[in-house]
Amino acid sequence: MIDRSFIGRSFPSLTTGVEAGRLRAFARATGQRNPIYWDSAAAQAAGYRDIPAPLTFVFTLDLERDDPFYFINEMKIELAHVLHGEQSFTYGVPICAGDEVTLISKVVDIYDKKGGAMEFVILETSAQNQLGEDLGSMTRTIVVRNPK
Amino acid sequence: MSSVENTVTFASVQVGDELPAIRQRAISRTTLALFAGASGDHNPIHIDIDFAKAAGMPDVFAHGMLNMAYLGHLLTAWVPQSAVREFSTRFVAITQIHAVVTCTGRVVEKRGGNLVALEIEAADQNGEVKLAGEALVELP
Repeated sequence: MIDRSFIGRSFPSLTTGVEAGRLRAFARATGQRNPIYWDSAAAQAAGYRDIPAPLTFVFTLDLERDDPFYFINEMKIELAHVLHGEQSFTYGVPICAGDEVTLISKVVDIYDKKGGAMEFVILETSAQNQLGEDLGSMTRTIVVRNPK
Repeated sequence: MSSVENTVTFASVQVGDELPAIRQRAISRTTLALFAGASGDHNPIHIDIDFAKAAGMPDVFAHGMLNMAYLGHLLTAWVPQSAVREFSTRFVAITQIHAVVTCTGRVVEKRGGNLVALEIEAADQNGEVKLAGEALVELP
């Protein structure tokens, strides 16, 4: 069982840069067809300061840690038993190449179903840029399949 | 991309309208390796068959966030990204290696404040739904 005292707990914040090269690699890896996601000139012509981070990119920024599975390991969850159950995003100011983003993650809830055979962890992450502007937030639900 | 004549407006959309579907190329092991590197999600269950088998899976399988990125492309091919206010999905089923994923969506509600609610979905070549989600966009 995951220690329920993690509910309400925040993890150390992360500040990380949004790199144009990383955005280009992400566009290539995801079959992106819109050039604003890899070409600065196309992005600027479309009204962005620089290449915009795509809709799911905050998830990638949060993996830029010494331990990308920080909350899973800290809660002593076996990574091999983890599935991604749900993911949601809300959006504020656009994130563009060159930004510095600060992320703060907090455990919103932990609960179980099927007599503890499945546990659920809900982690909410808020994001701000270098100007202190709200970039929105993301919430992930991970499912832990506990062996019998 | 967003030429004026192609701009989707609140007045121009109706409940039931379908977004232009996007079919992606078949997901190969290379796709997953490149996505692991680009996304920073190095969970070996997606790239290391030995690890996947030890975890009781028959093979590696796609990152849920790869399919969510595909769903994101569906939205931003339809409206500028700045129009998207909310975007969420449930990961309904595992996406097997070699799957050909098609993303579809439709308008389900028009609300005050020029907001339009969408239902979106990623399904494989057999029509099996992998991701079922929603989005809220604010249109001019």
